[in-house]
Amino acid sequence: MNKLVQNEMMKLIAKKRLIVIAIIISILVAMFTYAQYKEVERQREKLGTDDWRTMIQQTIIDQQNRISSSRISDEWKKQLQIALQQNQYYLDHDINPSEPGAPTFMRIFLENSIELFIPLMVMVIASDIVSSEHSQGSIKLLLTRPVKRWKVLLSKYISLTFAISLIVAIAGILSYGISGLVFGYQGWGAPVLTGFSVNDAGLNTASVKLIDQWQFLLMDFGLVWFVAIVVGTLSFMLSVLIRSTAAGMGVMLAALISGAILSNMVSSWESAKYFFMVNLKLTNYMNGNPPPIEGMTLSFSMLVLLVWWAIGLFVSFFVFTKKDVY
Amino acid sequence: MEKITLSVHNLKKIIGKKEIIKGISFDLKEGEVFGFLGPNGAGKTTTIRMLVGLIKPTSGSIQIGGYNIEENFEEAMKHLGCIVENPELYPYLSGYDNLLHFANMLEGIGKERISEVTKLVGLKDRIHDRVKTYSLGMRQRLGIAQALLGRPKVLILDEPTNGLDPAGIREMREFIRFLAEDEGLSVLVSSHLLSEIQLLCDRVAIISRGTVIKTDSVHNLLSNRERVVWRFHPLEEGKQVLRSVTTIEEKEDGSISTEYDEIKTAQWNKMLVEAGVSVTEMNRKMPVLEDLFLELTGGDSIE
Repeated sequence: MNKLVQNEMMKLIAKKRLIVIAIIISILVAMFTYAQYKEVERQREKLGTDDWRTMIQQTIIDQQNRISSSRISDEWKKQLQIALQQNQYYLDHDINPSEPGAPTFMRIFLENSIELFIPLMVMVIASDIVSSEHSQGSIKLLLTRPVKRWKVLLSKYISLTFAISLIVAIAGILSYGISGLVFGYQGWGAPVLTGFSVNDAGLNTASVKLIDQWQFLLMDFGLVWFVAIVVGTLSFMLSVLIRSTAAGMGVMLAALISGAILSNMVSSWESAKYFFMVNLKLTNYMNGNPPPIEGMTLSFSMLVLLVWWAIGLFVSFFVFTKKDVY
Repeated sequence: MEKITLSVHNLKKIIGKKEIIKGISFDLKEGEVFGFLGPNGAGKTTTIRMLVGLIKPTSGSIQIGGYNIEENFEEAMKHLGCIVENPELYPYLSGYDNLLHFANMLEGIGKERISEVTKLVGLKDRIHDRVKTYSLGMRQRLGIAQALLGRPKVLILDEPTNGLDPAGIREMREFIRFLAEDEGLSVLVSSHLLSEIQLLCDRVAIISRGTVIKTDSVHNLLSNRERVVWRFHPLEEGKQVLRSVTTIEEKEDGSISTEYDEIKTAQWNKMLVEAGVSVTEMNRKMPVLEDLFLELTGGDSIE
C-alpha cells in the first residue's frame, strides 16, 4: 500500500498541479492583502483616527441607518440587525474583532474561501485523479497488475487526502506569510469571541466565549479541512463516474457555484438544506452569522456533509471495482 | 508434455442483450507464439480485455499459470504481462519513473530488474527522458519492458505492430520470437493482419463474430492448400490437358491455378509438354491466410 501511495504522489507531483495551485493562492492572497490595506487606509482617512472603537462605532451607525431605511427586505434587515448586535457586543466588551495582523487576515481569508475558493482548488486535483487515467488510457496498465482494484483506488484516495491537507496548509502558510509583510506577524493571542447563536429572537449571546485567536484559527482550519475533504471526495466520485475530466470538473463547478447562489436565496425552501453545497460555510457558525436556512446548525451541517462524504466514497469504490474498462 | 500456461474455457460476454463473445476456448503452451486473428469487431479486443481482467466475463473461466483470474486475481496476474492496444504510459514521467511505478505494483521487483528489462529492450540511453519525447517505437519498447518487469509466464500483446514502420515491425517480430524461443514465454498476439500472424505465430485461432472458427498450427492450416500457378501457350490446348486431370482456376491475368501435389504436378507438366504446349512458368504458391480466412468465414470481410 505504501508503494502504491508513493506512486500516486509521484504522479501528482510530476503533474505540477500543486505548484499551480500554490501560485494561484499566492496571487489571490497578495490581491486581498492589498485590498485590505487600502480599506484600512480609507477608513483611517475618513475617520481621521486609528482607533478601532471609533471605526466600529461608525460601522454601527452605518448599520443602524440602513436598517431604518424602508427599502431593504426584512431578511436583510434581520441579518444587519444581528451583525449590529455583534459589533455592539464587541464594543461593550472592549474587544477588537479585527485586530490587525497576519493571523487576523488568515482568519478572514479562510472564512471567505471555505465556500468556493478552497473547494475549487481541491477540485482541480480531485476531479482528474481517476479520470485522467481513463483519458490517457493508462488505466489499462494500472488495473492489469497483480493488485486488487480497491487497493488501487484506496491509494489514490489516500494521496488525495494528502494533497488536500497540503492545499489547506499552503493556503494557511501563504496567507500568513504574504499578509504579514504588510500587517505584521503579531496577533496570535488576540481575543476572539465565539459561540454566538442565532435564534428567532435574534442574536443569542448567552453562550459566547472568549478565546485566543490561535485557538479560533485552529478550529477554522479544522473546518476548512473537513469541507475540503468532503468536496474532494465528491469530485473523486465524479472522477470515477465520468471519464472526461472536463465534464467532471464542470459538474462539480456547477454544484459549487449553485451552492454559493442558493445560500443567498433558499431561506424559504427548507429541504434545500440537505444539499451539500449550501452547508459548506461552516465557519459562519463560529462567528455567529445567520445560516442560509433556518434551523441549520454546525452539527447539522457537519452531519449532512458527513453523509454526502460517505455516499461519495461508497459509490466511488462500488463503481470502480465493478465496472468494465473499455 | 508441454505445459499449458493460459487456459480459456467457454468464455462468454453479454453486453446489454447482445452476446459479444459466444463461448471461446483455447490453450496457450509454454514457449509458443499464439496468434489471435480476426477482422475488426470480431471480439479480439473484448476477449483480450477479459483475459487481463479489465472486463468481467459473463461466464466461462480463465486460468493463468493455473490460477483462476476471478477467484485469485492477484496470483493470476503475477504471471501475466500485457499491452492492451497502445502502451499508454504516463507521458509526464520519465521512462524510468514509469517502470518504477509499475515495479512498485509488483512484489519483489527492484531496481536491478528495471535496468535488466531496460537493457533487454534497448532503451538504456533514453530511459531518463520523459515519455512525451519518445517515438512510437520507443514507447512500444517501453511498453514491453513494463510488461516484462514481473517475469511473466504469459505475455499478451494486442496489435503489437500497430503504427510501427516496417523496420519497427521487423524488430518487434524478432523480439517476440526471441521471447518465446529463448525465454520460454507464451505470447498471445492479436492482429487483423494475416501476414503478420503468418510470419510470427506457431499456432493461430481464427475468430469471427465472437466465436473461434478454427484453431490449428499455422503449418497445418497452410499445407494442403498450396497451389501451382501455370503459364503456357497456346492457352486453350493447355487448359484442355489440365482439365482432363484436375480442376483448374483461371486468373484474370491469363495464368492458370491448380492444386499442388509433388508427384502429380510433375506428371501434368510432362503431359503438357508431350501435347506440344510450351510451359513458360510453373510457380508454387504458399497460400495466404487471407484466402483461408475467406474460405472459413464464407466471406466475412477482413477489413
